[in-house]
Amino acid sequence: MALLSRRPVAPLEYTRKAWMRLWIAGVMVFLYAPLLVLMVFSFNDSKRNVVWRGFTLKYYEKALNNDGLIEALVNSLTIAALATVFSVVLGAMAGLMLWRFRFPFKGAVEGALSLPIIVPEICMGVAMLIFFAKVQWPVGLPWPLNLSAITIAHITFCFPFVALVVRSRMASFNREQEEAAKDLGASEWATFRDILLPHMKPGLIAGALLAFTLSLDDFVITFFTSGPDTVTFPVKVYSMVRFSVTPEVNAASTILILLTIALTAVALKLQGVKAIADAH
Amino acid sequence: MPDPAQPIIQIRNVTKRFGKVTAVDNVSLDILAGEFFVLLGPSGCGKTTLLRMIAGFELPTEGQILIDGQDMAGIPPNKRPVNMVFQSYAVFPHMSVADNVGYGLKIAGTGRAERDERVREALELVKLHGFADRMPDQMSGGQRQRVALARSLVMRPKVLLLDEPLSALDAKLRAQMQFELSELQDQVGITFVTVTHDQDEALSMAGRIAVINKGEVAQLAAPSDLYEYPANRFVADFVGSVNLFEGKLTLDEADKAAVDCPGLGRVYLNHGVTGPHGADVWIALRPEKIYLHVPGEGKAIRAAAQDAPDGYNLARGQIKGMSYLGDITLYEIKLDGGPMIRVSRPNLSRRDQEHFTWDDRVSMHWRADSPVVLLN
Amino acid sequence: MSLQNWQEHKRPFAAIAGAPILWLALFFIVPMAIVWAYSFGENSGAADIVISGTLHNYKRAIEALYLSIFFKSLAVAALVTLICLIVGFPVAMAITFASDKWRPWLLLGVMLPFWTNLLIRTYALMTVLGGNGYANKALGALWGSASWLRTLVGLQPLEVWTPVQLLYNNFAVVLGLVYVHLPFMVLPLYSALDRLDRSLIEASLDLGAGHLRTLSRIVMPLAAPGIFAGIMITLIPALGAYLTPDLMGGTDSQMIANVIERQFKRANDWPFGAALSFMLIYAMFALVALQSLRGRRKPAQVH
Repeated sequence: MALLSRRPVAPLEYTRKAWMRLWIAGVMVFLYAPLLVLMVFSFNDSKRNVVWRGFTLKYYEKALNNDGLIEALVNSLTIAALATVFSVVLGAMAGLMLWRFRFPFKGAVEGALSLPIIVPEICMGVAMLIFFAKVQWPVGLPWPLNLSAITIAHITFCFPFVALVVRSRMASFNREQEEAAKDLGASEWATFRDILLPHMKPGLIAGALLAFTLSLDDFVITFFTSGPDTVTFPVKVYSMVRFSVTPEVNAASTILILLTIALTAVALKLQGVKAIADAH
Repeated sequence: MPDPAQPIIQIRNVTKRFGKVTAVDNVSLDILAGEFFVLLGPSGCGKTTLLRMIAGFELPTEGQILIDGQDMAGIPPNKRPVNMVFQSYAVFPHMSVADNVGYGLKIAGTGRAERDERVREALELVKLHGFADRMPDQMSGGQRQRVALARSLVMRPKVLLLDEPLSALDAKLRAQMQFELSELQDQVGITFVTVTHDQDEALSMAGRIAVINKGEVAQLAAPSDLYEYPANRFVADFVGSVNLFEGKLTLDEADKAAVDCPGLGRVYLNHGVTGPHGADVWIALRPEKIYLHVPGEGKAIRAAAQDAPDGYNLARGQIKGMSYLGDITLYEIKLDGGPMIRVSRPNLSRRDQEHFTWDDRVSMHWRADSPVVLLN
Repeated sequence: MSLQNWQEHKRPFAAIAGAPILWLALFFIVPMAIVWAYSFGENSGAADIVISGTLHNYKRAIEALYLSIFFKSLAVAALVTLICLIVGFPVAMAITFASDKWRPWLLLGVMLPFWTNLLIRTYALMTVLGGNGYANKALGALWGSASWLRTLVGLQPLEVWTPVQLLYNNFAVVLGLVYVHLPFMVLPLYSALDRLDRSLIEASLDLGAGHLRTLSRIVMPLAAPGIFAGIMITLIPALGAYLTPDLMGGTDSQMIANVIERQFKRANDWPFGAALSFMLIYAMFALVALQSLRGRRKPAQVH
């Protein structure tokens, strides 16, 4: 960061102009300051958030001993993991279908697949609420079966995103590679396994990360599909924020932020920054 | 070695339509075992479709393709005894060079030891020893092409198909690879079928060339025959550079013929042609077969008179353009009769190009065996 | 290379097309259809809903009260989108023209919040904006220094700083929505600018245009599809936002999603809620149609 560098600024080096740097710095502060404050004050030995009264881990202890909160977190992670697996499989199939085939009503299928992405969350939440009530989806099942309704809802809004990512990844595939494999004697399945799948892999990883994040992140749709015994982390935090602000929420949030960062780091390790950026 | 007289590939009345477009139109040709066969034509002429039908990636709408006497109908690409080098090379980017080359053998279930040995041999053949562990993205375009070649050759196919193999290489590398490909073909004795739009490439590598135009075979001949005895205007114009003049056949006997070309003059040939008297024909005259003279020396007339009657095979004009290309100089000359004619002249000495320059008046002559009479 | 016709490859097609299409039909199209049917129904008794084909719910939805909430939502969403565009465009430009070393990290900087839980981000912003939060403290400090400056030049000091209400009002809702949606805007803008041929900008500068004129006459028109995509990707979720107005808004800042939620969770008027939902969906369709209309017109101009 040579803000005062003597090297002359070339015409297109907009990023090296001072006002541009100030602007970016401002945006980054806007984006990150609230999160940093939240994280720092999760270690603050005070009931009220604003004054620093010394370092403590007691809210982490409290959060980790809050059975409701832990249960919600476990529920969220379970749902996210299941939704990711199903979404990746369904999304990869849908992406391949759209990339590969010409079939009747393709436009309609394509449009329908993009609907879960554009329909407002609230409408989808409402639809899920009515649907599961209407079909009398069994409630009160033992864990983890009681999460099935939420998981189904999550898969429904996650897999079209995966399809999108997979399809755009496949657009860069050179079909001659597939022909080359067949030319060398590979069957349809061997070609898929040896050539298509390796090309698709970055898209699958990006799609999986996206699905996992979307599922973990979702509040509105879950809010409409969850019952009293199927509280997820966002729903739990919502009720805590809504009814009693406690530093426990800061601690729990910090844990989840760190989890996000860890996940991002894993993704970076797997794919490199560029590939992650390209996936979006 | 397969019997050289036996056609390894027989294409019988093959037609391929894509919807309303006819890409290949009733083509029949035989490709002989062990030859270097080139399909030459402009882009979109159907030559690649023909190649892909041999490989099995496209199915003929009508007709039959036989490889080594066996009908290929219903046989998928992975079961055909041919291998292909793709235009983009299609080297698998996630596999090392050795894994790329060994892929076909692995699919075929060849044992590890034999596979390694054959991969090593193939890499040696294309001069890539020591590259086995490289990844494709660490290699140049030329090297990737060698990988693609090795990957196909290692399969010991009956026929190797090459789709525009040199089009992605720069000029220098292309010239070198042309030479190496012919050499390689000699060495392994496999039939090569290459598709290209580049006439230089075709002429330098091929044993026989099929010129394809609009889905049909325009001419099938050895390179020198194709160049010196084109069968029609398309081939004359597509292969090399040519001057074409329309004219009327005024004389046609067993050992001589004459054509009257408005604009060019009277053209005499020292051999007969087969065409009705007075028919509309075309004269094709290659630029390098025309001699330039300073007018008024009388030399041109004397030189021309040696093998043609007086007043034939002569023309006069004015130089309107010239481009110095190093080995030759190209002249654009406006004939006194109206049309333009292209003449090339080798620069045999360092200052040769200075003999003629813009706006100079020049005389031309050509030999009686140089013009080609074309009926269509 | 062209697409394969499904009829020539029936088995692979069936193998990959069946599951996603079936899933989508069963768990998305059917639920949506039920909501749609409910929007023409009425409550009968405590828990039963009869689909009577009535238009009553839609009539109620276009009453002044709900229509004004609807238009207010649209206005808030539009304002949020505009702010995101103004704030995000320079950021996208900066990322595009950053050195290869910095570009991925800047991108990551924009994307990391996008991956962080929405609820947590809203909560974090609330803590900062609260009555005793840092935003108020910073403003107070500014006020204090201004006051001190006045005393330096011999003026009366300002009155004592009283914390301003930054939370639970419309301002908080707009700020919260900008905070949440900014990454949505930057990413499509970036991908449009990244695709732009740099030599076009250089040509413009070379032909004598200044940076500002190059921006307005060359960069903006060419990045228009990306700008439009960014607008859509921000406007649509902002219009249907539930969480931000719910947590950060005051009594007068509820948006359409909050009204819908109330019909289901509190007022228990499902048919009316269904009708409101579909009003929102129709609005989305209109926006998307607008976008595709634009997309179709674009190539026509080139020819």
